[in-house]
Amino acid sequence: MPPTRTPKLAVWKFASCDGCQLSLLNCEDELLEVTEHITIAYFPEATRAVIRGPYDISLVEGSITTSHDAERIHQIRRNSKKLVSIGACATAGGIQALRNFTDVQKLIKAVYPSPQYIETLKKSTPIADHVFVDYELRGCPISKSQLLETLACLINNRKPPVPTYSVCQECKTKGNVCGLVTHGPPCLGPVTQAGCGALCPTYHRGCFGCFGPKESANTSSLSQIWAAAGMSSEDLMLLFRSFNATAEVFRKESEIHESAHH
Amino acid sequence: MKAHTINVETLARVEGEGAIRIKVRGQTIQELVLNIYEPPRLFEGFLRGRKFLEVPDITARICGICPVAYQMSSVQALERLLGVTVDPRVRDLRRLLYCGEWIESHALHVYLLHAPDFLGTQDAIQLAKSHPDVVKEGLRLKKIGNEILRVVGGREIHPINVRVGGFYRSPEPSEFDELKKDLDWAIEASIRTIRFVSTFRFPDFDRPYLFVSLHHPEEYAITEGRIAASDGMDIDVSEFESNFIEEHVPHSNALHAVRTDGRLYFVGPLARFNLNFAQLTPIAREESEKAGLHGKCMNPFQSIIVRSVELLYACQEALRLIKAYQPPPFQQVTPKAGIGWGATEAPRGLLYHRYRINDRGSVLDAKIIPPTAQNQKSIEEDLREYVLKHHELPTDRLTLECEQAVRNYDPCISCATHFVSLEKVDDHLPHLSSSGESHGKDERPPALPQQ
Repeated sequence: MPPTRTPKLAVWKFASCDGCQLSLLNCEDELLEVTEHITIAYFPEATRAVIRGPYDISLVEGSITTSHDAERIHQIRRNSKKLVSIGACATAGGIQALRNFTDVQKLIKAVYPSPQYIETLKKSTPIADHVFVDYELRGCPISKSQLLETLACLINNRKPPVPTYSVCQECKTKGNVCGLVTHGPPCLGPVTQAGCGALCPTYHRGCFGCFGPKESANTSSLSQIWAAAGMSSEDLMLLFRSFNATAEVFRKESEIHESAHH
Repeated sequence: MKAHTINVETLARVEGEGAIRIKVRGQTIQELVLNIYEPPRLFEGFLRGRKFLEVPDITARICGICPVAYQMSSVQALERLLGVTVDPRVRDLRRLLYCGEWIESHALHVYLLHAPDFLGTQDAIQLAKSHPDVVKEGLRLKKIGNEILRVVGGREIHPINVRVGGFYRSPEPSEFDELKKDLDWAIEASIRTIRFVSTFRFPDFDRPYLFVSLHHPEEYAITEGRIAASDGMDIDVSEFESNFIEEHVPHSNALHAVRTDGRLYFVGPLARFNLNFAQLTPIAREESEKAGLHGKCMNPFQSIIVRSVELLYACQEALRLIKAYQPPPFQQVTPKAGIGWGATEAPRGLLYHRYRINDRGSVLDAKIIPPTAQNQKSIEEDLREYVLKHHELPTDRLTLECEQAVRNYDPCISCATHFVSLEKVDDHLPHLSSSGESHGKDERPPALPQQ
């Protein structure tokens, strides 16, 4: 057993795909070393062992979509010194927040033959709508290196450095040709927070905003450029309304195009 | 007469959230529920109105462990709908990507999730203390699978390179240079894996499963094929919904899939192995036989051997595809109205998709049936049989073995677009109320009446 003063880590799941917590297990080269510095106290995806709280660090994946989960997150907050929400579901409500723009009962009827059995909230909401969050790691999924960096900072009482600049900066570093000036595919790079390494532009497609809006993103200016290039208001609405659809800046922009579309 | 109340509030070492609750008195099972409390995310609902090109990116988000499976079943369905036949080089590159996911997912399950059950530890981290080389080998295998996903797909989780019609970008052949060496090692390591896991002690638990999987005459079916069953069924993917139905039952609730005649069935590695043994490579067949499996395996506890055989196959297949790799061309696709069906073999079994789109390429409706929903009835039946057979065991031991019986399936609860929250066994904060183990505690009345 590691010494008891090793910081205790708990990993919690709400509505999500499991991918962000899997990112920790995907640190194949670092995983065993991480466990020398951190005690994994609660992480059901990885271990049957349970160590009681309070926890030094809680990683929270997923969004709040049930009344039960809205209660549970408060219990977790009370038992966590530092709470870090990880991924687009936890930081912005995730893809399942598309329900927020429609009548959730209609969606349920589309999926389930016996809708009366289903209990769910009208909206999918991020963790920070419910409790105080110390740090947020964006992304769908999160970046492994940002996760490791954050854990290292937290156990050394430092503030995790998370970039607030846009994907464009990463794109320039990679030497990619800019799609915006060469009439490439629609790209959210200029308004999206860095973190993926400008992955989509590197693979010859436009950014679709996995890391959510960057600080002071000028979405309307970007929309004007794409509209002038022939993009319909429907397509602009869909572009801003995906994995971070309810992040405020993206939500407002998509609603503008939604009203233009109807 | 021995009585047990088995109450596992949070199943560990599975993907997603589930619980089991079993009440047994002697030979009578009073209650048996695999309770899936993963919250509903309603993918099939919000896919309506999205553009067909977005579908592989959106459906990937159903599951962080098998996003490629969702991308592959959806592009297959949409290409069939559009009447697009992809270039054989596209087909091969997709198969390579899929092999990467199989390697990553199977190595994760064999080493990190399943092996600790047989070696008596709570997790792979503890296992790394007694068997450091085993865990390191497993992690390296897993990393090689992820590396294939990264090179072909752009990243390990939710790859971004899959497109209806092909790929956004074709990797340069030189990007696979390192992987060739890695895969040579991985093939040897997978053989060691098969030999190692076949030494585990397995409960005597053969079951009369009805197996269902894709079948392809020329290859071990992963990316395409007809749907076959061990009772001789052989149908086109478009006939899936006339041969299988989903039931919405109140107790735990996924939509349970059954055959139209009500029979439950089994999908996943065991089904593939039994139906497609002849399509494995000679080495994979030979190693299976050395491990004691002569083209047949009816014991779900031995699925760890079968997964290891598939791991070997996927490594060999990935190496073959890399050696023959030629960058595929880019193919434009234009929307048209229609309906299309797709099915591929996710690491956990058959994954079926159906889409209808209009002439502008907007999704009108979607149907997705994940493997774990199809296996849920089998899991419950295994638990029932197991508990009746072993009711003389102490409750703690029986609880652990029941958990193991669930882990045999490598269930992916997050996959379940269908899985819904109906009742809570507990508040999932076991540590807040008591120290130590959270298992085998008190029983609580279910929120809904049981059938």
